[in-house]
Amino acid sequence: MSETAAQSRVITLRGRKVVGGKARAEALVTTQTISGWGGINERDGSVIELHHELNGQSFAGKVLVFPGAKGSSGWSAYFHMCRLNGTAPAAMIFTRMTTKIALGAVVTRVPTVTDLDGDPFELIESGDLVEVDADAGTVTITKPPG
Amino acid sequence: MQLTDTEKAMRDGSNGPAVARSMDLLIRYGEALGAERLVETRNVAGAYNASTPSVRSLAEEGFGRVFSELNLDSDEVVEVPRMAVPTCQLITGIDLDNHELQGADPALVEMQRAGEKYLGKRGVNMMCTCTPYQVGNVPVQGEHCAWMESSAVIYCNSVLGARTNVEGKESTGAAGLTGRIPYWGLHRHENRLANRLIRVETEVNDMADWGVLGYFTGFEVEENNPAFEGLTYLPDLMKLKHFGAAAASSGGVEMYHMPGITPEAPTMDAAFGGTARPEAIVFGEAEKRRTWARLQNATDRKLDFVMLGCPHNSIEQMSLVAELLEGRKIHPDTALWVHTPRAIRQIADRSGYTDIIRAAGGEVMSDTCPSISRRMPEGVRVIATDSAKQAHYLPAIGKVQGWFGSVQQCVDSAVAGEWLGVVQ
Repeated sequence: MSETAAQSRVITLRGRKVVGGKARAEALVTTQTISGWGGINERDGSVIELHHELNGQSFAGKVLVFPGAKGSSGWSAYFHMCRLNGTAPAAMIFTRMTTKIALGAVVTRVPTVTDLDGDPFELIESGDLVEVDADAGTVTITKPPG
Repeated sequence: MQLTDTEKAMRDGSNGPAVARSMDLLIRYGEALGAERLVETRNVAGAYNASTPSVRSLAEEGFGRVFSELNLDSDEVVEVPRMAVPTCQLITGIDLDNHELQGADPALVEMQRAGEKYLGKRGVNMMCTCTPYQVGNVPVQGEHCAWMESSAVIYCNSVLGARTNVEGKESTGAAGLTGRIPYWGLHRHENRLANRLIRVETEVNDMADWGVLGYFTGFEVEENNPAFEGLTYLPDLMKLKHFGAAAASSGGVEMYHMPGITPEAPTMDAAFGGTARPEAIVFGEAEKRRTWARLQNATDRKLDFVMLGCPHNSIEQMSLVAELLEGRKIHPDTALWVHTPRAIRQIADRSGYTDIIRAAGGEVMSDTCPSISRRMPEGVRVIATDSAKQAHYLPAIGKVQGWFGSVQQCVDSAVAGEWLGVVQ
C-alpha cells in the first residue's frame, strides 16, 4: 500500500437502496435542493439556476450529494435526458424523499441511496472519493490525506 | 411491494409488452419511494407531446420510440396500445394556430401535429393546458389521480379534495396504460393534514393579493401543508388557481387547507386532524410588501412584452382582459399575449373577446406559454405579467427582466409601452 493511501481516512455509512448498482467517483456536494426543468442544462449536466451555489458546475460523472428535488414536475424528464446525453451523475445520495427524486433516480438509473445513518453534508465534501454500493446500502467515503 | 394478481399478470405480460414495461417502471418507482402497494386510478394527466428540439432525434425513430423511452423508461421500443384509463395531455410547447407568431421551427410544428395524431389514436385527450380542471377534467373528492403540473396538482388536492402526488412524464405514461400509481404521499389521509399555520393579518382580496400570499407561503413552508386563518374574503377558482401556482413555484406546496373554504377542512381542527397546531407564521402588511418586491426582477420601465394567463386564463379572466382593452391600442413597441385553454378560447371567440383583444393589438394564445415553449416575440428585454408563477420562472428561463402586477397594471402598461405598476 502506498504511503498516500495509508494516510487517507475512510468513513462508511449505511442507508437504504433507492436504485441498485455500484459506482465510485468524486463527490459534488450541495445543501441546496436542485430543480430539474429550468434548473439544469441536460446537455452538459450543469446547474443553471440563477442563485444556486452550484451554478455553472456539472454533476456529470460525479457522486451528487444533495437534499433532493424541487420545482417542476419535469424533474425526472430532465434527469432522464441527462442519462440519454451521457451527462448524468455517477451516483446520487439524497436526504428528502419525494416523488420527484424517487422517479428521477429510477429513470436516471444510477446507484442511489437515502436514509443514511450519518449526516452526508457533515461527512462528505466535494472532491472526496465516494463509493456508493446501493445494493449493499453502503456509502464509503475516502478523505484525501492531510 | 405487494402486488395484486392482476398487477402481477400485467407485469408478466398478460396485457402486452407496453403494459409489462409500465408495471416494471411502477414497481421500480414504488420500491424507490418505499410504497407498500399501488392504488387504482382512472384519472391521469401527463406530458406525452414531442415538441422540443431535444426530443427530435428520438422522434425521427418514430413516436413509439418517444413514448417507450420518455413515458415508460423502456429501452425496448414497444407498441403502445390505447390508454387503459382516461388520460389527458397537459400543456405543450407549440400553439398549433399561432406557431408563426411564436417563431417555432416548422419541422417541430409538424412533429407536434403528427405526435398529437399518434396520441389521439391511443386515447390521450388533447386538452393541452396546465389547467385540465377548467376544461372538463374535474375529479371528485377522494378520487385517486396521477397528475403532473405542480399548479394543477395543488389545485386537485386542495380545492377539489382529490388525491395526487406530483407525478412525472414516465409515471404518467405507465399510469395511463395500467390505471395504477404508487400508494404513497398524498394518496394517504395522514399525509394530507396541515402541519403549518399561516395567520393572515392584511387584506387578501384581489387576484394580485392572492398571488402574493401564495408566493409568500411557498417560501415559508417549502413542501409542507399549510392551513390559513384570518382570511376575510371568499376566493374563487381564479384566485385559488393563481394562489396555488405561486405557492408551488416558490416552494413545493402540494396541499393546503382554508377552513370553511376547502373541502377537507370544515374546521381548523379538521385541517390538523386533532394534532397540536404549530406557532403561526404571520402574513401582514410588511410581509405583503416584501413579497411584492421579491416578485420584481426588473429595473427598466420600457416594456417589450406583457404575458397574461399563467396558469391558463378562465373565461371570466378573458372577459376582463377584453373589457380593459376595449377601444384602446397597445403601444406599437409592446406585445401582449393572453393565454387560455383552446376550449375556453372557443367561448372567448364566440363572445367577441378575442376580436376585442386582437383589435387592440394583442394576441390570444393556447396550448402553451412562454416558460414552457421558451418562445417570446423577438428582441424582448423587459416583460410584465399578472402571474406570480410566470414572474418567478420567465426571467430565469428567458433571460429577461420581469415586472409583476395586477391585470389592470399590466394592460395599462401595455397601452403606455412602459411599466406603470407600483415599485414598492
